[in-house]
Amino acid sequence: MIELEFKRKSKLREFLGEKFISINAYAALIGILLIFVFIFKEALPIFTDEEIRDEVTVERMIFKQEFYEGREPKFSWQPNSDVPKYSLYPLFLGTIKAAIIAMLFSVPLGVGAAIYSSQFAGKRMREIIKPVIEMLAAIPSVVLGFFALMLLATFLQNVIGLTFRLNALNAGIALGLAVIPIIFTVAEDAMTSVPKSLRDAAIALGANPWQVSLTMVFPAAMPGIAAGVVLGFGRAIGETMIVLMASGNAAIVSASFVESIRTFSATIAAELAEVVFGGAHYTVLFFIGSLLFVFTFLINLSGDLILMKLKEKLQGKSN
Amino acid sequence: MKIREEIETVGSNKVSRVLAFSPKSSGMIPRFLTLMAVIIIIAMLAIIMANIFIGGVGTLSWEFLSRPPEQGMEAGGVFPAIFGTVALVLLMVIAVLPVGVLTAIYLQEYTRPDSKTTRLIRIAINNLAGVPSIVFGLFGLGFFIGFVGGGIDKVFSSSAGPVWGQPAIIWAALTLAILTLPVVIISTEEALRTIPRELKDASYALGGTKLQTIRRIILPQALPGIFTGSILAISRGAGEVAPIMFTGAAYYLPYLPQRLNDQFMELGYHIYIMATQSPDIEATKPILFGTVLVLLLLTFMLNLVAIMIRSRMRKRRANV
Repeated sequence: MIELEFKRKSKLREFLGEKFISINAYAALIGILLIFVFIFKEALPIFTDEEIRDEVTVERMIFKQEFYEGREPKFSWQPNSDVPKYSLYPLFLGTIKAAIIAMLFSVPLGVGAAIYSSQFAGKRMREIIKPVIEMLAAIPSVVLGFFALMLLATFLQNVIGLTFRLNALNAGIALGLAVIPIIFTVAEDAMTSVPKSLRDAAIALGANPWQVSLTMVFPAAMPGIAAGVVLGFGRAIGETMIVLMASGNAAIVSASFVESIRTFSATIAAELAEVVFGGAHYTVLFFIGSLLFVFTFLINLSGDLILMKLKEKLQGKSN
Repeated sequence: MKIREEIETVGSNKVSRVLAFSPKSSGMIPRFLTLMAVIIIIAMLAIIMANIFIGGVGTLSWEFLSRPPEQGMEAGGVFPAIFGTVALVLLMVIAVLPVGVLTAIYLQEYTRPDSKTTRLIRIAINNLAGVPSIVFGLFGLGFFIGFVGGGIDKVFSSSAGPVWGQPAIIWAALTLAILTLPVVIISTEEALRTIPRELKDASYALGGTKLQTIRRIILPQALPGIFTGSILAISRGAGEVAPIMFTGAAYYLPYLPQRLNDQFMELGYHIYIMATQSPDIEATKPILFGTVLVLLLLTFMLNLVAIMIRSRMRKRRANV
């Protein structure tokens, strides 16, 4: 009897324990859903609230506007002027310009270092490279922003002779420093996980080590390298403190890479503290937040799917 | 297996083609170019570190670490910012650790790695790790301050203005807890994978239930990994500024935070404010570099400890 009672009690405890643990396991899922719901909830009035729609609509954020009667229609982001202007185009341009420079800078370095570390480096060399990259990843983005603002900007201005001290180039390079570790880690991981059997096959056919890399490792790991680049791009679009400090924050429409820019993320960071809770400007900033969230979500999802597929392929699972 | 055979055949064909048509390239040029990439990265890291160290080391002193800012941040120290940062990350760890560890246990011990639930949770974790930090700031403002804090205020209808529905250290800590959740989950999982199967089997063979095995065998074995996870989370949380800008960090406070709904000063936010909004940047410079150095040393020391624990753990795994 006692034993039976004990068994029942312990079964109940097991059941409750598992349920408690599983509830916690859904925290990440609940977290991401809550973020989704609450960012969108605050952005929603832009579609529904008449008062806010008098001041700004999605259409007015996207297309050129004639802000003053008789003047040429243009794109402009000036939410605090007498005639509030909410064109997203200058911000979009700034975000893309910074990200392009960051990628031009970080893809060759990140992928190059990953190739060296996985294909050429000896064990000891690899034990130096990896912690160095980890250290780079550990630098807080506000410190990278500080570095770009105080030191890199002056250096670039003196070397190239720029008119604007803080510009897209400066912000893009600092952003690249934050992106390199992501690209390196994912790409290196993909190349080192190419199965030995593939390498052996090439060696058996008489290939030297570099030819093995060229014909076997790179083609097999290509999706992983691509995923690293995609995930790095997601970071470059969403990163805030670096661009906030290093880009000059002027919402200019221009193709030049040495003029100041203002990105989506920096706009939220710079303006949210001063807006009226629930007003038009507040709603627009949450709308921008929603755009950032959706965009990075899609990018990360595609990066992860590529990696999952690659992992299955390389481990030889086909179900 | 089929796909793999396919790669091998396709690959072999390619190899024979390349070997047949190309002169034997030994890869000296690519080797040199990729080595250059490594050297450039290391050099840039060295430049950043050296500049910050040289700029800040003169300011570092016991005075600097233990005194509040004076004369509009042009003199004095950063003690309130250090205190605020430590209080913030401690609250964050208390919130994130149990949830993160239990999630990892669920994923490793209760579900099959290819089940639908696991995949869904894993996708959520990966995406959470990729959400821009400024979006976390917006979320903290909309959810914790507006919804939760505002809701508490409504229920207890305080007439003296908002008590919980305003920026506060607890909301900033909870926002950071969600941001660092993936870090804790991933390092705990790595630790759980190193536990030898035999240990668990032995526990089950002696009649231990799943819960008992988790409590007496798995958790103690996973402790180093859990510890690593919390250190990495702290290092990440201490460096994030965007999520706490609107949820609790203050430009300057004459007092230290005492209650959960107080605002606080923080090192990263302090750096941002001093670097961008100082009226006289030349006068602030020594203190600014000193503060950056303090934050950098803090995060690097934390990471170093984490790296050391992890490499010891990996060695143990290799020996098993």
